[in-house]
Amino acid sequence: MQSVIEVASTWILPLVIAGILVAGAVRRIPLYNTFVDGAKGGFGTSVRLIPHVVAMMVAVSVFRASGAMDLIVNWVHPVAAWFHIPSQVVPMALLRPISNAGSLALLTDLFQQPHHGPDSFAGLLASTMQASTDTTLYIITVYFGSVGIERFRYALTVGLLSDLASVVGSVVAVWLLHPSLF
Amino acid sequence: MIDFIWLLLFLGGIGTAMVTGHMDKIAQAILDGAKHGVELAFALIAIIALWMGLMQIAERAGMVRWLSRLLRPVGRWLYPSVPPDSPAMGAILANMSANLLGIGNAATPLGLQAMKELQAINPIKDRASDAMCTLLAVNTASITIIPTTVIAVRLQYGSQHPTEVVGTTIVATVIGTGVAIVLDRLFRKLSKRKEAS
Repeated sequence: MQSVIEVASTWILPLVIAGILVAGAVRRIPLYNTFVDGAKGGFGTSVRLIPHVVAMMVAVSVFRASGAMDLIVNWVHPVAAWFHIPSQVVPMALLRPISNAGSLALLTDLFQQPHHGPDSFAGLLASTMQASTDTTLYIITVYFGSVGIERFRYALTVGLLSDLASVVGSVVAVWLLHPSLF
Repeated sequence: MIDFIWLLLFLGGIGTAMVTGHMDKIAQAILDGAKHGVELAFALIAIIALWMGLMQIAERAGMVRWLSRLLRPVGRWLYPSVPPDSPAMGAILANMSANLLGIGNAATPLGLQAMKELQAINPIKDRASDAMCTLLAVNTASITIIPTTVIAVRLQYGSQHPTEVVGTTIVATVIGTGVAIVLDRLFRKLSKRKEAS
């Protein structure tokens, strides 16, 4: 099972690309020109994102550099302990909805700590959290920003609440599948 | 809401810096944040261009239509306000398929495409429609089957069982996505009631 998944995770991307190209060839589509035609849109889309991403990244960067993130971790700690979330994992869980690169950096940081390798409880829990949710704030900014939506309604609330559910879900998942680590 | 969070992050940060004496780091943090923002956006050009190119081929080959047909019942249930034959539904279902396959790189441009199509049928242009909120709920919870990046990082840091995370991710993501869908339904109903009264 382990090796099947391992192979699948490296094969899936190339296979998807090959599948698309073969399907295009079977339907006799001009592959190269169609690709170039579609890829053209990539530049404009990315450039349109710059102001949104800059705005959010600056705010997050200020928040982290000031030490405010560390303060919140201290507040959240008792609640986290109740859910069996080690305090080293808390900043990652908090940063996850805000910054993908940031939480990935914290994940690797955790892996390097002597008592928390990737196979430890904290390591597996943090891996699961990183893998099972996406950067809510970034997705909302980018998706809505790309079409000029300014009134988000309940989207952000639902996004953040389901992040919380994923964090709790990660604990449940590790507890279910690896009870020995608890 | 976004105004509030943005302001909170700034003022919370600057306020904390005042108290803790980290003010010297703030100016640098502002510049670093802006720089990372631009770098991220530029890094995205490569990925978005690649997948938009491939997806253009997939679309002309009729693959998106084929996938849409497969996932249509799910789409109709999740997005009752989107006409089942519209290009918006096609893009939504393609985005969903990419998320399911764990190709997050492909999911983003497809999601943006879906957003564009949804905006075309959105009666109030600066306000998110029901379907847009659902699209975000599904994407932020992002059902993932094979978390490629995390497996790679685990391997890099000497994990004995790098793929152990696959099983736990599937369980966690099913819980997260389930909650997201339920909450989306709930809030949709609540907002309808508020508008009606």
